[in-house]
Amino acid sequence: MTGTPDPTSPSATTSAPSPAAHVVPPRVARPTNQIDLGAAYRDSQIQELLDEIDRDLVGLVPVKTRIRDIASLLLIAKLRENAGLATDRPTLHMSFTGRPGTGKTTVAMRMAKILHRLGFVRKGHLVVATRDDLVGQYVGHTAPKTKEVVKRAMGGVLFIDEAYYLYRPENERDYGQEAIEMLLQVMENQRDDLVVILAGYKDRMDTFYGSNPGFHSRIAHHIDFPDYDRTELMTIAELLLAGQQYRLDAESRRALDEYLERRMVQPHFANARSVRNALDRAKLRQASRLISGGGIITAEELTRIDAADIRQSRVFLDAPDSARGAASDDGR
Amino acid sequence: MRITQGTFSFLPDLTDDQVKAQVQYCLDNDWPISIEYTDDPHPRNVYWDMFGLPMFDIRDASGVMLELKACRERYPEHYIRISGYDRSPGRQTTALSFLVQRPTHEPGFRLDRQEASDRQVRYSTHSYATDAPAGERYGRSR
Repeated sequence: MTGTPDPTSPSATTSAPSPAAHVVPPRVARPTNQIDLGAAYRDSQIQELLDEIDRDLVGLVPVKTRIRDIASLLLIAKLRENAGLATDRPTLHMSFTGRPGTGKTTVAMRMAKILHRLGFVRKGHLVVATRDDLVGQYVGHTAPKTKEVVKRAMGGVLFIDEAYYLYRPENERDYGQEAIEMLLQVMENQRDDLVVILAGYKDRMDTFYGSNPGFHSRIAHHIDFPDYDRTELMTIAELLLAGQQYRLDAESRRALDEYLERRMVQPHFANARSVRNALDRAKLRQASRLISGGGIITAEELTRIDAADIRQSRVFLDAPDSARGAASDDGR
Repeated sequence: MRITQGTFSFLPDLTDDQVKAQVQYCLDNDWPISIEYTDDPHPRNVYWDMFGLPMFDIRDASGVMLELKACRERYPEHYIRISGYDRSPGRQTTALSFLVQRPTHEPGFRLDRQEASDRQVRYSTHSYATDAPAGERYGRSR
């Protein structure tokens, strides 16, 4: 009834027969008012999820700290509920801000799992929606569309990417306003059924909250995702390649490092996403290099990405070697 | 006359919590839910009207309950049923179907006898409610 009370946790077994508890002493020696935090923490198995996040996500220290805080808060709320203390269900709606490719969607997915593990959402799935999924084309189209998405997200997490597109101040008859009103209503009335996470660029989200104060006040956790630095991006690259059974040698590692140094100062740099795209293109070049080379190759060569595969990128083309010093100064 | 039909016809009417649990059971089995309503209580009336869209992709029963609430508000004096469709046999198959709302007053049926040739008698059941046009049966209908 109340989420998933763990039958092994002491508070659950001893508080259940409360009217008779003072007549028949509880079998467990420990009095009810003592709660073993360590055991509760282990039982909730959040540590595994947090470790997973630590392992799989590079950098993002402020985000991880924040997730740890939220997880502790949720666990305490759960323990308070089990101990029969007055608990308001904590507000869980969140806002993720940061530049593209900083891991907002990935973290949202993990967040859904954490919330599910702690029993704050019943299913723990993630529904990703953008303006197109929520806002209709004509009068009366928006409400059913938004409702469809909300219904699908029930029991899980609704992730609204680039939420500021919902609000278009330049067009006062824009249907986005209708979707915003429905979402606000859902965030207030259906708090037990779903958690809403809004995501987008920091500055535009701030403007969005400025013009829609209702959202700002309904969101408890504002988490800002920092950009990755070059070493973190290198680690991400290695992780990605290891997952796909490719590898870099010393030479190509240096090439990739130089590539990142140049790419990071160029426009439209999208952090981890740019790294993934660069690696995909390098794999493409590796494949055509191997095919055009012909002959007999080893399995080792199939997995190795050469420096040449990376250095063919246009990033190296439009900056001659002499300009490299200047670029690295810009890149910091 | 209390009309019963569907999976739990032998039970008293389900409470909302029980309805929700049944809906969740359907969703856990990957059976999409549809909400249907009618004001024609004849037992052979199988084609009820669907309320809203069929609900695919829903994982949690509260989404369905939201829609059911809307349907009850819109049709407070209609019969409403919930059906779960099992598509795994490769055809549209109702796996489970039960009433979740009935009108406050159900006038029941009368038996009509039609005398046919050769002293044959044909029987039919006629619902008193259907004497009024659709939408005006069972008192108020919004």
